[in-house]
Amino acid sequence: MNFLRKRLDEIKRPFIKGEKWEKFAPAINAFDTFLFVPNHTTQKGSHIRDAVDLKRTMVTVIIALLPALFYGIYNTGFQYYSQTGSDFTFLDAFMHGSLKIAPMIIVSYVVGLTIEFAFAIYRGHEVNEGYLVTGMLVPMIMPVDIPLWMVAVSVAFAVVIAKEAFGGTGMNILNPALTARAFAFFAYPTYMSGDKVWVSEASMIDGISGETILGSLAAGQKVSYSMLDMFSGSIPGSIAETSTLWILVGAFILIVTGVGSWRIMTGGILGASLMGLLFNLWGANSLMSFSWINHLIVGGFAFGIVFMATDPVSAAQTQKGKWIYGILVGVFCIMIRVFNPAYPEGVMLAILLMNVFAPTIDHYVYNSNVIKRKKRWKSAQIKTA
Amino acid sequence: MSKDIRFIKGADLNLNGKAEKIINENSKSNSFAIQPDDFFALFPKLTIQEGEEVSKGSPIFYDKKNPSINFVSPVSGIVSKIIRGAKRKIESIVIENDGDREFSHNVPKNLNRDNIIESLTASGCWPFIRQRPYNIIADPNDIPKFILISCFTSAPLDVDFDFVLKRNKDDFQSGINLLDKLVDSQVTLTVDSSSDSFFKNIKNVDIVQVSGPHPSANPSVQIQKISPINMGEKVWVIRPEDVVNIGLFFKTGVYQAQRTVAIAGSSLKTPQYFKTKIGANIEPMLKIAGLRSKAQVRCINGDVLSGSITTKDGHMGFYNNLISVIPEGNKYRMFGWLPFVDNSIPSLSRTSFSWLFSKKGYDINTNLNGEERAIVVTGEMEKVFPMDIYPMQLLKVCMTGDIEKMEAFGIYEVVPEDFALIDYANTSKIEAQEIISDAIKLMIKEAD
Repeated sequence: MNFLRKRLDEIKRPFIKGEKWEKFAPAINAFDTFLFVPNHTTQKGSHIRDAVDLKRTMVTVIIALLPALFYGIYNTGFQYYSQTGSDFTFLDAFMHGSLKIAPMIIVSYVVGLTIEFAFAIYRGHEVNEGYLVTGMLVPMIMPVDIPLWMVAVSVAFAVVIAKEAFGGTGMNILNPALTARAFAFFAYPTYMSGDKVWVSEASMIDGISGETILGSLAAGQKVSYSMLDMFSGSIPGSIAETSTLWILVGAFILIVTGVGSWRIMTGGILGASLMGLLFNLWGANSLMSFSWINHLIVGGFAFGIVFMATDPVSAAQTQKGKWIYGILVGVFCIMIRVFNPAYPEGVMLAILLMNVFAPTIDHYVYNSNVIKRKKRWKSAQIKTA
Repeated sequence: MSKDIRFIKGADLNLNGKAEKIINENSKSNSFAIQPDDFFALFPKLTIQEGEEVSKGSPIFYDKKNPSINFVSPVSGIVSKIIRGAKRKIESIVIENDGDREFSHNVPKNLNRDNIIESLTASGCWPFIRQRPYNIIADPNDIPKFILISCFTSAPLDVDFDFVLKRNKDDFQSGINLLDKLVDSQVTLTVDSSSDSFFKNIKNVDIVQVSGPHPSANPSVQIQKISPINMGEKVWVIRPEDVVNIGLFFKTGVYQAQRTVAIAGSSLKTPQYFKTKIGANIEPMLKIAGLRSKAQVRCINGDVLSGSITTKDGHMGFYNNLISVIPEGNKYRMFGWLPFVDNSIPSLSRTSFSWLFSKKGYDINTNLNGEERAIVVTGEMEKVFPMDIYPMQLLKVCMTGDIEKMEAFGIYEVVPEDFALIDYANTSKIEAQEIISDAIKLMIKEAD
């Protein structure tokens, strides 16, 4: 460790303030602080600090994402082999999935981090760790057959427009990963819908029916999958969103570590169940009569409410606000699914919509505190007068 | 009348190196200093020069804004140094102790409000009384809503006032009797509900029993539960040992600067209490307590969460009863940012198993454990902030410097120390105390 530390200090020398490469210090610091927690001590304020930092928080989210990711990788292979009808082992499926998905993850990180580093150097601040999670989320919510250049363009759009334009990590209004997904969806609609894109290499092979459940429901067809399939995730869909089971494992990690808000997750499930129940009672078309429990386990709802809606920057920030925000995400998700057959997956739009309204929700929560305080002032004035 | 307040939010950090309950009467400190920075937003005007002889209680400077308030020497001696900083700002007035000369006052026989205030301001006792909002020295012309004395501590390693002041019980009571004449309502004492302190038997006061984790002993959080400060209102706050000093002054006619200080922290061999005077040099006391190793240490005037940095040969602050000494943390930790790594560092976050070590106590150092980042994580500040205020939102409006919003979000009700745990706990390493301190300075500047 000492040797490595000394080597690093040598490498860093030209990047110190006043030296030749001073401007590029954020880039080298990002690598350095990845290896070592820096030797910085407190200079003002509290003299002792908690062991937690943003890196640890972000890495915890990534750990929570891994079960869903690994299942997504396996499911990619599973869908491919079962649709083509060939024999396969677990390892075959996993290998097939890895070969499809690893390049997407690499592209997402390379493109996103390059932009993040460039902005950090340009603005002269340290590289924030937020992209570690975004970079992992983006490939996880894309259809498996999306071309890599589309991943790259979506990532670039999301990082520049949704995040850096607002001032970088912590300042964005919309969730960057969802913005990437929305960009891909609206910019390349033919790639992002229909029955060809959800199964790996489906466009090359004839006779594949890789329609998602919500897609076929919107088209008025019957669902051929059992509830267990939907829950375990052996269904077509975006890479990591299919398995509610493994997403719940991630949710457990987020809630136990306190990194993800259980209020938003619970609120979301409440809102979606309520809306689903209402539509069940109405039951005017096949989407409406689709059982409310199934609504919770198909499509991107579980993944969205656990990993996307809980993004602390774009979600509501107050406790009360988190409840309201979560419930509304659930309500709008099911509403969009049912009322908008052109786009059966509602969770993306529901979260983006609520991202926009989150500051407004918070404003009213804060304001009730302000109003209470001002009322107290007034009554005190009356008393003294 | 006895009321109870129970706090749920907050956090207790069990740090190693608590002071053993023995009072060492011989601190061996010979040098004493008054540092004007201990008085928030004060403009001092010197009345002495370097080399001049002073007696115990003789004025050394006064408040430019309020010239009737004297600041006096805690001991008799010679002004050996006046240390000035940038723009000739007075940083420290150092007095070398010699002899027992005393500067005595005639204590008025008729103890009415005006007489008491006049005696307190002239004698140098007035700075013991601070006001909320802002935590500045009280204005003698104000009549406060009430006077609050928090008779216990909740910060890590902090002193036990019951132990420290047991022998001064009568002087404490006479101090209370005098303070009682300054306000219309009764003086409020807040005591730790779990302990049987002598404060519970003090007469002529409202006793409020408080329980819960730090910052339950902070006056701000107690005031908000008892009767929150409205715009224009003042609450006066006094430290318990200074009530004793006020009592002693009216008994003897001479300014008394008694200070029982705990020298505590994991860097010390024998953390213990010393009985000395305000502003004492900490070097001799550190020598007696003994450092465990030659490694670099941080000496802190006050507790580890809200105190200020001092040096090994520095002097005690005016108000605090605690010097904390902990190791400096200027060391690298490989992959220390991984969750559940380095669990010996206390953490309120559940991404660490540090709670397993909570009973054993922590040896914490001054490492920042990360770098400053944008505010990302939400909800963590509220967990350690037991007030009816949205701390993150208040910090944000303070950063923007919007005074009207700062008022609306509750700036009158807080002082920097209330944000100490937020400094400690927040993931983004935001300097919350500094933000609040700057905001209060802005408020004071705008009010002038």
